[in-house]
Amino acid sequence: MLERLRSSDEVMLDRLQRAALGYFVEEFNPANGLIADRTRAGAPCSIAVVGFALASYPVAVERGWMARADAVARTLATLRFFWTSSQSESVDATGYKGFYYHFLDMQTGKRVWQSELSPVDTTFLLAGILTASAYFAAVAPDEVEIRDLADALYRRIDWPWMQNREAAVYQGWKPESGFLHYGWEGYSEAMLLYVLGLASPTHPLSDDSYGKWTSTYQWENLYGYDFLYAGPLFIHQFSQAWLDLHGVQDRFMREKGSDYFENSRRAAHIQRQYALRNPHEFEGYGENCWGLSAGDGPGSQTLRIKGRNRRFFGYVARGVPYGPDDGTIAPAVILASLPFAPELSLSAIRRVCERYPQIASEDRLANGFNPTLSDNGTQFWISDGYLGLDQGIIVLMIENHRSRLIWNLMRECPLIKSGLRRAGFSGGWL
Amino acid sequence: MVSKAVSSDEDMTHFGLESPHPEAWENPPPADSYDVVIIGAGPAGLMAAYEAAKIGAQVALVERNLLGGNCLNTGCVPSKTIIRTARLYADMRNAEDFGAAAPGPIAVDFAAAMERVRRVRARIARKNSVQSLSDLGVDVFFGEASFAASDSVVVGSEALRFKKALIATGARPTIPPLGGLVAAGYLTHETVFDLTERPDRLLVIGGGPTGCELAQAFCRLGSQVTIVQDEPMFLGKEERDAAQILSDVLARDGIDIRLGTETVGVRIDGTDRLADLIQEGTHSTVVADQILIGAGQAPNVDKLNLEAARVEYDAKDGIRVDDFLQTTNPDIYAAGDVCAKRKFAHFEAASSHIVVQNALRSDRKRVSNLTVPWCTYTDPEIAHVGLYVREAREKNIPVKTFTVPMHDVHRAICDAEEDGFVKIHVREGSDRILGATVVARHAGEMINDISLAIQAGIGLKNLGHVIRPYPTQATAIQMAAAAYRNTRASTAASAGDALFRSAGLPR
Repeated sequence: MLERLRSSDEVMLDRLQRAALGYFVEEFNPANGLIADRTRAGAPCSIAVVGFALASYPVAVERGWMARADAVARTLATLRFFWTSSQSESVDATGYKGFYYHFLDMQTGKRVWQSELSPVDTTFLLAGILTASAYFAAVAPDEVEIRDLADALYRRIDWPWMQNREAAVYQGWKPESGFLHYGWEGYSEAMLLYVLGLASPTHPLSDDSYGKWTSTYQWENLYGYDFLYAGPLFIHQFSQAWLDLHGVQDRFMREKGSDYFENSRRAAHIQRQYALRNPHEFEGYGENCWGLSAGDGPGSQTLRIKGRNRRFFGYVARGVPYGPDDGTIAPAVILASLPFAPELSLSAIRRVCERYPQIASEDRLANGFNPTLSDNGTQFWISDGYLGLDQGIIVLMIENHRSRLIWNLMRECPLIKSGLRRAGFSGGWL
Repeated sequence: MVSKAVSSDEDMTHFGLESPHPEAWENPPPADSYDVVIIGAGPAGLMAAYEAAKIGAQVALVERNLLGGNCLNTGCVPSKTIIRTARLYADMRNAEDFGAAAPGPIAVDFAAAMERVRRVRARIARKNSVQSLSDLGVDVFFGEASFAASDSVVVGSEALRFKKALIATGARPTIPPLGGLVAAGYLTHETVFDLTERPDRLLVIGGGPTGCELAQAFCRLGSQVTIVQDEPMFLGKEERDAAQILSDVLARDGIDIRLGTETVGVRIDGTDRLADLIQEGTHSTVVADQILIGAGQAPNVDKLNLEAARVEYDAKDGIRVDDFLQTTNPDIYAAGDVCAKRKFAHFEAASSHIVVQNALRSDRKRVSNLTVPWCTYTDPEIAHVGLYVREAREKNIPVKTFTVPMHDVHRAICDAEEDGFVKIHVREGSDRILGATVVARHAGEMINDISLAIQAGIGLKNLGHVIRPYPTQATAIQMAAAAYRNTRASTAASAGDALFRSAGLPR
């Protein structure tokens, strides 16, 4: 660790990125290409994590960490599984109407945990599929098959069905109870869902969908920064792992004279401002220790610590400035701010790893840590194992910072261009 | 766990005060014709009666139950009273957070809390006595009123003829059609304040203002509370962040929160009441001693025989009125919960003033010109005035919000009352205030500054010129105004620090 801290930024990022990439190699099922949601024994597959894995393989090839043939084989195994697996209303199907269930059994690929048919997680899966399709562009039969399967999977998704005759896309559907209660409205990680849904050549979202999505946007001045508000930091990052929105504006951002890239930069600054204020006086928070986001926590419990009642949570979407906040920092979102605010991100990740070296065992970052829940010595709470989403956003955002690989691939994707235009984006590279 | 009911009428006798429905009361002989007949003696009806009588009109006021209506007897007054007691218990439990020693084991005296509710209710009711109305010349009739024609109302055996009428019959709790609920029994805000024994386990069905306020109050008074809300968040009409903060604080208080959950049935097992719930296909059961329904309000229109008066209405939305509060019969007006989408006592009182103006005077006033704030009295309170962001955007009004978290407000830090924020929405590119939401322990007081500004047409820039004592929590409004000035004057990146400087506050 100390060696890394003395090394250049480039070397540090290289090691963090490669360690993150290793997650997808280790948690991969070669029989179906599925990737575990997390390293916990018996963890199911998360389809969003599979999407991040598919987008990470080209990075690994470019970095020389994976042979192209290996990456192709992994990608094909995944795409063949998703194309041939069960699509029906059955409670243990893999998907329905082209969408996929959020969590799948790692071995059988069937739905588990009564999870929802998830449009947003299907979106991240699809984004990975499109990345693979864009990158594996050779005429070799395997790469042709990747592109054909990607196209077929994309065309099969019945996006309007998930609108259920309304403007917004519902957050999910279950065979037991139908559509979930609420739709994807207001700024969140789901922007890419609307872009991909609008671009569909077979079943596009209706024209009014994107307007509905933005209708509850909140443009706020907070801590002196004007920004499109969302509390958890990952919201400002996930869709932009694929979408290069620097200088590209939709109607809302044109009105505000900003763009989503700049907005994510300000979101990082606001997180830092919150940590400087540290209203709940948690241990560690400061200029170079910030990053409240969705993730694991110490579990639901209230403890008396240093004369104060401290309430801790399990997996929740922590956010700024209204919480919930239990003193848990998510280091992955610090790194994922790298393309937007490199000066903040680099100094923070260095400082955090220096002060809390236990969070980066073998250079792979834990999902969360909480110095407030400490034994007053060197031990403090660290989340168990690793999460696929963390490792995925780390691989992609470090790469976008270093080479813009994912952004460049997606900028050349006609579907992305079409979706952005249908959503009203213009300007810049578009 | 059957509790003795103590009604508001008994309160008055108990505390030696005149009853809001004196037992020996005899309705007066009706006049040949009244300038105005008012049906319902809640906030709207009482206010209208006083105002009309004071300008010399001949007034009849008809009430079927108690003077004061829901607000005094079963709504605002008793709930705010018990909330204050509950808040004190919460503060005692959190004494160490204030650098104080907790006063030993804290035992809740529920009976004393309810006794105080009745005492406060009786005291406030004195102002609205039958005698005070009679002294003003108002003929007070107790009984059920129904229209006999477009110009007459029948109360008992008496017909009251009128030139103008005001329907102010209010609303009653909506009871969801749940199988087994009636057999199991339930409380509403009309009956919960009659309890003399605390329910050890309380299930609250409904996450609107009433449900949230009472869930928190009973939890703080020692009940084990579960609250079930079919929507994904509490207070469905409020800002998402406000609802999120509320959800967090209710959970912190120890309430078992079930959002996005539907109650599908109620059963009885011995002395237990069992509620069957379903959330996204997953079934569960909650066991409770009492069930409190907080599922909204339905207008009281059903016994008025409105057809005879040619007054159109809807069983769900109430009486149809125009911007002048005139019904489809131009001689009949309506005010308050019986016709309003937003059911607040202060709005009732304000709209009754409009009715008196429009019915008895020449210069007509519009209800749409009113600036009406409202507040949910949880801890922290959630207050709002004007437009929400989504409403502004629906009207294609570009909106920008100036947000000040209460953790940036020095007095809130001193008071350990940092949960919340002030959000002031302005029209983008101007300082015209469109609306505001305040979440703070005393948000109901703080919102008044902003209501005044909206009503008087004062922009956010000038609102910042109002000097407020330091430190007070209302300086959050000044800080929002300072943020507005800074965004006009400096880059966003440097505005954060400047905000403190221009607000004249020590850092």
